[in-house]
Amino acid sequence: MRTRFIKTLTKLAMRDERICLVVGDLGYSVVEEFAERFPDRFVNAGVAEQSMTGLAAGWAMTGKVVFTYSIANFPTLRCLEQIRNDVCAHKLPVKIVAIGGGFAYGAHGYTHHGLEDISAMRSLPNMAVCSPADSTECEGLVRWMMDWDGPAYLRLGRNNEPILHPGDVGLATDRFPILRKGTDIVFMATGAVLGEALKAANMLAERGLQAGVVSAPIIKPFPVNAVEAIGRVTPVILTVEEHSAYGGLGSAVAEVLAETQPGARLVRCHAPEKVNAIGSQAYMQKAAGLDADSLVRRAVQAFVKSTGEHRVVRPSITIQAGSHAPA
Amino acid sequence: MENLVEERWPAQQTPVDLAFAARKKVLEMVHKANASHVGSCLSCVDILAALYARDGGWLEHDPRQPRSAERDRFIMSKGHAAAALYATLSLCGYFPDEWLDTYCEDGSRLGGHCTSDGVPGVELSTGSLGHGLPVGVGVALGLKKSGNRVVVLLSDGELNEGSNWESILLAPKLELDNLIVVVDYNKIQSLGRVEDVIPLEPMADKWKSFGWGVQEVDGHNIAQIMRALDRAPNTYNRPTVILAHTVKGKGVEFMEDKLAWHYKSPNDEQLESALVQIEAAYNQSVMM
Repeated sequence: MRTRFIKTLTKLAMRDERICLVVGDLGYSVVEEFAERFPDRFVNAGVAEQSMTGLAAGWAMTGKVVFTYSIANFPTLRCLEQIRNDVCAHKLPVKIVAIGGGFAYGAHGYTHHGLEDISAMRSLPNMAVCSPADSTECEGLVRWMMDWDGPAYLRLGRNNEPILHPGDVGLATDRFPILRKGTDIVFMATGAVLGEALKAANMLAERGLQAGVVSAPIIKPFPVNAVEAIGRVTPVILTVEEHSAYGGLGSAVAEVLAETQPGARLVRCHAPEKVNAIGSQAYMQKAAGLDADSLVRRAVQAFVKSTGEHRVVRPSITIQAGSHAPA
Repeated sequence: MENLVEERWPAQQTPVDLAFAARKKVLEMVHKANASHVGSCLSCVDILAALYARDGGWLEHDPRQPRSAERDRFIMSKGHAAAALYATLSLCGYFPDEWLDTYCEDGSRLGGHCTSDGVPGVELSTGSLGHGLPVGVGVALGLKKSGNRVVVLLSDGELNEGSNWESILLAPKLELDNLIVVVDYNKIQSLGRVEDVIPLEPMADKWKSFGWGVQEVDGHNIAQIMRALDRAPNTYNRPTVILAHTVKGKGVEFMEDKLAWHYKSPNDEQLESALVQIEAAYNQSVMM
C-alpha cells in the first residue's frame, strides 16, 4: 500500500506544484523517488513529529498542500496538539499519512500498533479520516484527499496487501463500496482486515448464511444515511477494525444506529485495549479475535440472537452414499 | 478601510509613538476585561512597535492589504500577550478601535490568546506555547524564494517546550536565513523566575551551538532592536535569534519584574497610576 501511495503522490505532484512531502526520518526505499524528483518539495524533518507537523502547517500557509508521513502513532498521537491547533483549527491543507495502521507492524510490538488513531483524528474539526483496505482504495483516497478542502488523515497498511477490489472503487462520502451482497448479516470493515471479513462471509455462505460485506474507506465524513439504510435491511451489522473499541468505526456506526434506530443490532469487532501478543499482522488479528474464524463465530452468535433462527448451526457435512443427510 | 488606515496609522507614527499608545491600550483592555498577562504584554510592546510602526517599523506590511503576497509574516508565539498584538494592530489600522473594548467578552473576535479567525493582521492562532516556531519554520521555508521574512516572538518560559528545540535544530539545516526569532527574555515565567524553574543560561551559547546567528539587545531600546533586525541574517545562510532582554511589566513601576503581574489585573486606581507614569515617560522621551 505504501508503494501505491507514493506512486500516486508522485504522479499527482508532477502536475500539481503545490504538493509537498515532509517525513519524520522514515520512508526508506519508499520516498526517495519523490525526494529526488522534487527536492524543493521534500523535507526530512528528522525524528521530530511536532516539528514535522508545525512545519507542514506553516508551509501550507504559503500555498502548498503538504503531506506528512511516519509510522503508526508517530504522525498523530505524538503531535496531536499540533494537528489540532495548527492544522485543524486553521483548516489547512495538511494531509497526515500513517504507515502501519492497526497491526501492520505487529511484530514490532505495542509501540508500533496504531489502535487509537481513528478515534483521535475523528474527534478533530475539519479533519477527514480515510482508511483504505487495499491499494485500489489507497490510490482512490489519495486523489479524493487532494479534492478535500482542508486537513485529512490517511491510515495506510504497509505493503503487499492483497487487492480486494477487482475494479474501480467509487469513493464517496454517501456510500460504502460493496464487495459482497447479502442481508442476513452485514460486515462493515475498514483497512486490510476487510480481507478477513470477506473470508468469513464465504465461510458463512457454506452454512447457509448470506453475509453482505462493505468497506468503510472514508470514516469521516461518515456515510450516515447509508448506515441507516443498511440497518433497515439486515438484522445484524458487524463492524470490523484493527482499532480500539472506543471511537473508531464501530463507534461511528453505533452513533448512527442509536440516533436513527433503523432496527439492526450492532456487534463491534475490534482490538482489545492491549493485545498481549507479538507477531505478524495475521497472527495479531487472530490474537485480537479479528480473524475469519472468530468473525464467523461472532456473526453466527449475533444472527441467532437477533433472529431467533437456528438454521445456521452446523457446518456443511459430506453426503455419504445411500444416506439422506443434508449437504 | 483606506480612511480608517490613514486616520489611525498616521504617517508620523514612530515606534516610540506606537509603543506609548499600545502600552496605554493594553492597560485599558486588560483592566476592562479583568484579564491576566499584563506583565507579559508590557515586556514586548516595544518589540512590536519596532516591527509595526509606520514611520520606521521594520516589517514589510500594509494594513490595507492584510494578506498581500509581499508582506513579511509575524507570528506571536507567546499567545498570552495577545492584548499587546491586538493593540498594536489596531493602532496600525488593521481593525477598529472599538474591537479592543470587546477583548475577552462574550461573542468577541478577540480571544484572550491570539486569535486569527476574523482578525486581520493575526497570522496564527496561538496560546499553547511551543507552536509558533515550528509553524514559522514552515512559513519561512515556503517564502524563502520570494524573499519575505518571518519573525516569531517567543517567551523565555516558552523555551521549556521541547517542540521549539526540534525546530531550533532543524532551521539552520534548512538554511532559513529569512527566519528571525525574537525572545522576549523578561526572566520571569508563570510560577517563578526563569533561573529558578528551568535556567536557560547560557542562552546565547545554546542558540549559537545549534547553528543560529545570535544577537542580544535591550528589548526596550527601539534603536537597538531595529539595528539587530537590520543585521539579520548576521550569519550566512542561517536563521537569526535576537535575545531581547526585557522587564516584565515594563513601563509601570509597581508592575516591573514581578511574577504577580503575570496574573493580576489592575484595578481602577492602579490603572490610573499606570497611565500617568506611561504618559510622563513618553513626554520625557519626546522632549529629549
